[in-house]
Amino acid sequence: MLILTCPCCGVTAEETEFHGGGEAHIKRFGPGSSDEDFHGYLFEKVNPKGVHFERWRHANGCGKWFHAARCTVTLEVFGTYSAQTTEPPQDIKDKISAKRPGWSWREFA
Amino acid sequence: MKRYSAFAVAREALRYHMGWDRAWASPEPKKKYDVIIVGAGGHGLATAYYLGKNFGITNVAVLEKGWLGGGNTGRNTTIIRSNYLQDSSAAIYEKARGLYETLSQDLNYNIMYSPRGVMMLAQTQHEVRGYERTAHANALQGVATEFISPNRVKELVPIINIDGPRYPVLGALWQPRGGTARHDAVAWGYARACSAMGMDIIQKCEVTGISREGSKVTGVTTNRGDIACDKLGIVVAGHSGHLADMAGFRLPIESVALQALVSEPIKPCMDVVVMANTVHGYMSQSDKGEMVIGGGADGYNNYTQRGSFHHVEETVRALVETFPMISRLKMLRQWGGIVDMTGDRSPILSKTPVEGVFINCGWGTGGFKSIPGSGWGFAELMAKGHSPLTAEFNLDRFKEGRFIDESVAAGVAH
Repeated sequence: MLILTCPCCGVTAEETEFHGGGEAHIKRFGPGSSDEDFHGYLFEKVNPKGVHFERWRHANGCGKWFHAARCTVTLEVFGTYSAQTTEPPQDIKDKISAKRPGWSWREFA
Repeated sequence: MKRYSAFAVAREALRYHMGWDRAWASPEPKKKYDVIIVGAGGHGLATAYYLGKNFGITNVAVLEKGWLGGGNTGRNTTIIRSNYLQDSSAAIYEKARGLYETLSQDLNYNIMYSPRGVMMLAQTQHEVRGYERTAHANALQGVATEFISPNRVKELVPIINIDGPRYPVLGALWQPRGGTARHDAVAWGYARACSAMGMDIIQKCEVTGISREGSKVTGVTTNRGDIACDKLGIVVAGHSGHLADMAGFRLPIESVALQALVSEPIKPCMDVVVMANTVHGYMSQSDKGEMVIGGGADGYNNYTQRGSFHHVEETVRALVETFPMISRLKMLRQWGGIVDMTGDRSPILSKTPVEGVFINCGWGTGGFKSIPGSGWGFAELMAKGHSPLTAEFNLDRFKEGRFIDESVAAGVAH
């Protein structure tokens, strides 16, 4: 059972109060982009074994979307943060780097 | 390989069972093979077996990170059925079910195939319409199924409550030749047959890298040294994305944990498999008497092989209404396996952007039932570059919009 803190309303609750929304920080390509780009956006997931960034919704709470950084192997939650961003904030990156030496952020286009 | 037979059992009984051979050898890896299969689960071993049997390719190694059949082959709920809606799915699953019928004889290894019948309950009007449609589709595909009435359901499964207030049984899709088999025996039987053909099954051999020359594969790096190959088959349910990453391409796949549980053993009370997709649960009784219950998948990516308590609660809560007698049962154990899910809930059996690398993955929550058909088709694909059984399941279907959409037809208990 995951325990997540909603950065929008500040409530800490069990995973049943939330709903997972899949990979975060996906880059959407605009009009005129290639089929390859659109295919990548729609289907090609990163699916890492380790550090993963996801969208979650506080479905049985404030109803707002946010992002979470989580390990898919240990289920450890590194932190949650606002969805109004294109990459994780520095404090989340620092927390992950401290716990997973050698890890670095990369753009998932 | 000595054949197993009633005579062999009698002979060994007279000499304290000292004459049995090991079922398969544990060789050291050679420097090079024609074909390397990564993953010694059911699908990987079946692929190797049909490469040898149908195409005479026996210079094959099957590499396994853990132990043989220790992944999802040993973690599923052993259900075999082929009542799918789409033509290409019905074709490959029915091929598999047909091969299961005689697999014990073909492998000379008792896989305990039990065609006891599989029933998928319709508990909403939407499901009634859906399953009637599937029954019609199956009639055209040559898959023997029928839509049966609630009274017939009650006749076949006396312990069921068909008048539940929330989930009444309105009918069911019935496949009389569906059933179960002993999952470990499927892997062991294929392994024994592969070993007898001279193939190397190498356990505790983890692939850590895939080497290529230009766009062509040349071999793999493992914890037991580098091994060269001409063709590489990746058959590693759950970790497909991880291996694809090593080869340098991405897959339309996400890995999630799917879980199951068994009750304490009780006397025989249900001799068919019952699936209830509306309530995300399905149940059958094992030969030992345990009620085997399959549940839903976790709602987020993970590689934990654990599952989670609230999904167990959700599944059991819903099943108790349809099967009131299970409310008194104790749970014996619970486990999880990592399945790879595609967007259309259909598998991928395909060539890849890397020449010589083939991938067999994305079976999602329904891999066991398809093992022989998957191996048959994937072996043909690897040997000849094309197979009518797998043609529709290629990697390009997502880009081209040719989905084989089983998510609507199958729901969760796929």
